[in-house]
Amino acid sequence: MNWFVEILKAIGLAVVMFTFLAVVAAMFGVLLERKIGGWIQSRLGPKHVGPQGLFQTLADTVKLLQKEHITPTAADAAIFNTAPLIVATAGLMDWVVIPFGTVGTLVLVVRDLNIGVLFFAGMASMTVVGILAGGWASNNKYSLLGALRSASQMISYELPLATALIAVAMQAGTLSTVGIVGAQGGWFGSFVFRQFPAFVIFMIAATAEVNRVPFDLPEAESELVAGYLSEYTGMRFALFQLGEYAEMFAMAALATTLFLGGWKGPILPPLVWFLIKMYIVVFFLMWMRWTYPRFRLDQLLNLSWKLLLPAGLLWILITGYFMTF
Amino acid sequence: MGQLASFIVLSIVTLTAAVVVVTSGNIVRSALSLIPTFLGVTGFYILLQAEFVAGIQVLIYAGAITVLILFVIMLTEGGTGLRFRQVNEQVPLGLLAAAVLAAILIVVFVSTPWPKTAGELPQYTAAPIGNMFLTSMVLVFESTSLVLLVSLIGAIIIARRER
Amino acid sequence: MLLLDWLYVGVFVVVGLAMAGLPFAIVWILAPRAALPQKRMTYESGVVPFGQAWAQFNVRYYLFGLVFVIFDVEVIYLYPWAIVFQKLGKFAFFEMVIFLFILLVGLAYAWRKGALEWA
Repeated sequence: MNWFVEILKAIGLAVVMFTFLAVVAAMFGVLLERKIGGWIQSRLGPKHVGPQGLFQTLADTVKLLQKEHITPTAADAAIFNTAPLIVATAGLMDWVVIPFGTVGTLVLVVRDLNIGVLFFAGMASMTVVGILAGGWASNNKYSLLGALRSASQMISYELPLATALIAVAMQAGTLSTVGIVGAQGGWFGSFVFRQFPAFVIFMIAATAEVNRVPFDLPEAESELVAGYLSEYTGMRFALFQLGEYAEMFAMAALATTLFLGGWKGPILPPLVWFLIKMYIVVFFLMWMRWTYPRFRLDQLLNLSWKLLLPAGLLWILITGYFMTF
Repeated sequence: MGQLASFIVLSIVTLTAAVVVVTSGNIVRSALSLIPTFLGVTGFYILLQAEFVAGIQVLIYAGAITVLILFVIMLTEGGTGLRFRQVNEQVPLGLLAAAVLAAILIVVFVSTPWPKTAGELPQYTAAPIGNMFLTSMVLVFESTSLVLLVSLIGAIIIARRER
Repeated sequence: MLLLDWLYVGVFVVVGLAMAGLPFAIVWILAPRAALPQKRMTYESGVVPFGQAWAQFNVRYYLFGLVFVIFDVEVIYLYPWAIVFQKLGKFAFFEMVIFLFILLVGLAYAWRKGALEWA
């Protein structure tokens, strides 16, 4: 094995993937969110920078790069500055196992890990640690409260998410993401039909995992300022945003991979199909954001522990029953 | 070659973080330093080709246990900003004990005749583990769920008494 | 092949941290640095902050954390089962029924005892 060449290849891929996330997920994602929000609320959204406001987030990024880094004197500086790195990197790591499509016989995936789905769940759980660290290190009441809320919410929804992943893994007989796409064939072979309850559970849990409306209590701006982000200025705030959007797009991509047949589709190239499906899921998430009001904390925890988790476990049993008999 | 390099890098990461855990004056820093330690250990599992165990290590230890530890720290009275000492007056005695333990371990490691030939590696570690659960280890597997049930009940009882 | 897979993962971690750290360097070059003590004060809606944020927090978070860890461990056991149970037939299914039943008893107990109650 020529490991030196492999390392260079890996570095190149990582740089490409990170840039892809920064541009497509974070910058374009924020613009898309504002445009869709504008459209839903019958207003225009960003309009002035570039054609139809296309360069708005680019301009925002340039602005943020010129903002001063303020570390509060009361904060724990080392952890305060490391937390955004953890969140951004965790957002990147999710994408290691996402298959984008095929070129000939080659599957466009960074690495098709044997434990793909489990790896994704593990990396998603690392975000919790980053948020908790950032919120605590800020030494701000809003931040810490937001971080604790966020952590309790994310751990609560990790379990229903895992049950949905397991139901799909049962049907496909593998944990590898490429293998799961391979197990789905045609339009009606997609797991969204055969595993519809798992799909519903996955979508709700994924929305909660990425702290989006209606599960955005950690950042409830009307009560907690900006939650765990309160003390973060400039680029460090942007890194948190990058991590969050990367994670949200990763959840959409995973939903595409697990339930919507991944890159499969007629006529158009596989990569295009993958992106179309992913953006449909992303649009769905944004649509939810501009439609639903926020949950209360006890409602949110009840939904996870008393409804989604038992339902997920029962669905695993039902899937097992139908596959065995 | 590559494996040796990875081993050294992982050792450095794991041990540095572990030293911070036991020396830091702030308890939250100690708890957060556990994460690089756990991730370093994950790397060792991967070097031993135990992928599934590595996944568990990230999900359970780095992702769940650490969060639990942080929650526990944050409910302690007096808050988390306090500085505290991790050592007492018995430093020389402790060093002596550690040195003796290290010496014994090194002697044992060096004198043990380790099998030099590599065994057969399973192609995919999750599947053999699942097979084992469902065939030869059925009783262990089922009693695990009982152990977990008991720990859950115990945890709830203790936590409720505290409240 | 397996180690090669994880070599990529390792490189991704390192490059991810480096790329995420890059803006810090740019900011260090570009951004102004004006030392005003008021600016470095903890934000508390404009008033002078009182007390510490690092104070005692609610025990409920801990209770949820505890239940979560236990269920996380139980769910982990489902992964290896999920990918092999089909080959092993009915026996594997009933084995998991028992396992999940015990799990659900635990959930019911936690529910009954109010460990899942926020209020």
